[in-house]
Amino acid sequence: MAGIGGRSGESSSSAFAPIRAWLILPTWLIIGFFLVVPVGTMLVYSFLTKEFRGGVIWEFSLAAYDRFIFDRGLFGDEPPKLELTYITIFARSTIQAAAATLLCLIIGFPTAFYIATRPVSTRAIWLFLVTVPYWVNLLVRTVSMKFLIRESGPLNSFLQWTGAISEPLQIINTDFAVQLGLFYSYLPFMVLPIYASVERYDFALSEAAADLYATRWTILRKVLLPTVKPGIIAGCILVFVPSLGAFLAPDLLGGAKNFMIGSLIEEQFKGNAGNWPFGAAAAMILLSMVLVVLMIYARRQSGRSRE
Amino acid sequence: MEGEIEMPAVELQGVVKKYGEFVALRTIDLEIKVNEFFTLLGPSGCGKTTLLRAIAGFEDITAGAILLGGERIGDLPPNKRPINTVFQHYALFPHMTVEDNVAFGMRMLGAPRSEVADRSRKMLELVKLGDFARRRPDQLSGGQQQRVALARAMAPRPRVLLLDEPLSALDLKLRHAMRVELKQLQKETGITFVFVTHDQEEALTMSDRIGVMDQGMLQQVGTPREIYEKPNNRFVADFIGETNLFDVRVSEVGERGCVCAFGERGSIGCEATGRPLVGAACHLSIRPEGLDMRSREDAESPLGGKVEQIVYLGTDTQYLVRTPVGELITVRRQNAVADGVEFSVGDEVSLLPRPGAARLLAD
Repeated sequence: MAGIGGRSGESSSSAFAPIRAWLILPTWLIIGFFLVVPVGTMLVYSFLTKEFRGGVIWEFSLAAYDRFIFDRGLFGDEPPKLELTYITIFARSTIQAAAATLLCLIIGFPTAFYIATRPVSTRAIWLFLVTVPYWVNLLVRTVSMKFLIRESGPLNSFLQWTGAISEPLQIINTDFAVQLGLFYSYLPFMVLPIYASVERYDFALSEAAADLYATRWTILRKVLLPTVKPGIIAGCILVFVPSLGAFLAPDLLGGAKNFMIGSLIEEQFKGNAGNWPFGAAAAMILLSMVLVVLMIYARRQSGRSRE
Repeated sequence: MEGEIEMPAVELQGVVKKYGEFVALRTIDLEIKVNEFFTLLGPSGCGKTTLLRAIAGFEDITAGAILLGGERIGDLPPNKRPINTVFQHYALFPHMTVEDNVAFGMRMLGAPRSEVADRSRKMLELVKLGDFARRRPDQLSGGQQQRVALARAMAPRPRVLLLDEPLSALDLKLRHAMRVELKQLQKETGITFVFVTHDQEEALTMSDRIGVMDQGMLQQVGTPREIYEKPNNRFVADFIGETNLFDVRVSEVGERGCVCAFGERGSIGCEATGRPLVGAACHLSIRPEGLDMRSREDAESPLGGKVEQIVYLGTDTQYLVRTPVGELITVRRQNAVADGVEFSVGDEVSLLPRPGAARLLAD
C-alpha cells in the first residue's frame, strides 16, 4: 500500500514536471534585466572617459579608478601621491556601518529573544509592532528625525526643560546623528532573522546545559548563541550591507562633514557637476567590498557543513 | 543498628506543586534507594514528569522538601544539583560533536583535560559509540542519539540519573533492545535511575520498584510483582496489565481474606488490602490468566457464561466470555500447557478464580 501511495505521489509531482522549470522564469527575467543590465552598465561606464556636462564619452580609460586612488595635482602632471579623500570616505562608511550593525545587534538581539519567548498568540502583535515604522516612507522618517534632533527641536527643548543640559546639544550633522539614522532604519532587519532562529531554538537545550552544571552566562555563550548564530549572521549582513551604501541618513542627518559612500556616488550623477565614470567606479568598488564580505561568509558556511 | 541503615538516594517529603489553581502534585512522599532502578509510571498528565523536573530543579515546588542523600536540595538551581537528566527528545547540542556533548558536563565541573578526554571515550565505548566521537548529533540515528544522551548524562558521575520517557521516540524493536541495555548500564554503573514512562510493559520489565501515579498522587509503590499481583486500588489494577473488574458486595471479612457476593449469583473468596467493611460495595479484580476455564458440566461457579470470541495470540489464547448479566470477561489460557480441553465459540463455561487471583480493591 505504501508503495502505491509513494508512486501516486511521484506521478502527481511529475505531472507538473514539464512546467516546473518555467516557474522561476519571471524571477530570472526581472533579475536578469533590472539587476544585471544596470550593474553591467555601471561596470562599463566606470572604464569610460567623463564628459564635462555629465554622461560619458565612449573611450576606454582608467581615469576614474586612478582618481580614486591617486592625487596627481590640479593639472594631472605632478607625480602621483596617494589620494586619501575617497579612501577616508570609504573607511568612515565602513566604520559607521559596522557601528550601526553592532548597535542593532545589541538592541535587536534582546528584542528578538523577548518576542520569540512570548506565547505564540502574542508574538504576531510584537512582530507587527516591529514592522510598523515601515508603513511610513524612509525619507519621511529620516526628515522627521532631523526635525526631532535639531538644535531647537523637541529633544533639545525637552532636555533643557528638565534641566539636564543648559545649552542645546549639537546632535545634527554629527556621526552620532548618522548612527541614529542608520540604527533606526535597519533595526527590523536585525530583529526579524534573529527572531526566526530563536523561535526555532529548543529551550530543552538550555535546560540540558543547566542540568550539566552550566551557569546562565555559559549557557548563553556556549549553547544559545552558537545555535542561533545563523540568524545573527543573517541579521548582521542585512544591516551592514545597506548601511554601507546608505544615502538618506548620512545625507540628511550627517551633513557635508560626514560624507558617506552613498552621498559620494549620488553627487557624481547629479546635475552638470557630476563625473559619471567616477561615480560608477566608486559604486563598483563598493560592490566588490560587499561581495568579498559575502563570499567569506559563504565559504565559511559551506566549509562548516562539509565538516 | 541505625548507622547501618542506608540513606535513601532521593527522598521526597510532602512535595506539592501548584500551577495557580491547578494542583500538579499533591503531597508526594517517596524514598528512592541507592542503586535502585525506580520507575514513575502513569498516564500522561498524572504529574510524573513534573515530579522528575522538580527533582532535577527545573520546577520550584510549592511545598515540601527534596533530599538528596539526606541533604536538602530544594532551593538549589539545576546546575548545582549532582543529578543529570536524559531528556525525552535528547536535547543534544547540535553544534557540538558527539564527544563534546559527552564532555560538556565534566568540563563545566572543571575536570582536568586529560580526564575529560579519557572518560568521554570510555562513556562512548560503554554505549557502543566509540567510532562516532567526531560526528555531529544530526548525523546519527535516533537510537544512537539516545545513547549519546545517556553517555552525556552519565559522564559527570551523577548521584542520580533522571530519564524522562527516553525510549518513547524510538521504534518498537529499538525500544525493546534499549530496555535491556538500560537495565544493564544501570547495573554496571551503579547509578540510581529514576525513570519516567507511561508504558507499563517498560516499567514492569526494567524496574526494581515502580511508583504508579495518577492525578498528582502516588497510587502505589512496590516491586513490579507487587504492583501487578497485588494492586492497591482500582486505578492500579486497571492501568497495569489487563484485568476483569466486577462490582461486588463484601459479605464476610475474615483473618486471611474475605468473601464477596456477586448479587444473586453466589460468592467467592478473595484477598483484600486492609480490612473492608462487611456490606461495602467494592470492586473485585481478576486478571485474565487468573481464571480457570472449565466446561459448565464439569464445574459450578458464580462466574460463567457463553464463549463469544476466541483470539489466538501465539503463546496464549484469549477467550471473551459473556455472562448472563451481560458482562464481558477476558480469560487467557497458555497454549503450551493446554490440558487437552478445547473450547469453541458458543460453549457454556464456568470460570474459577485461581488461588490468590481474586483481589478486592478500594476505589
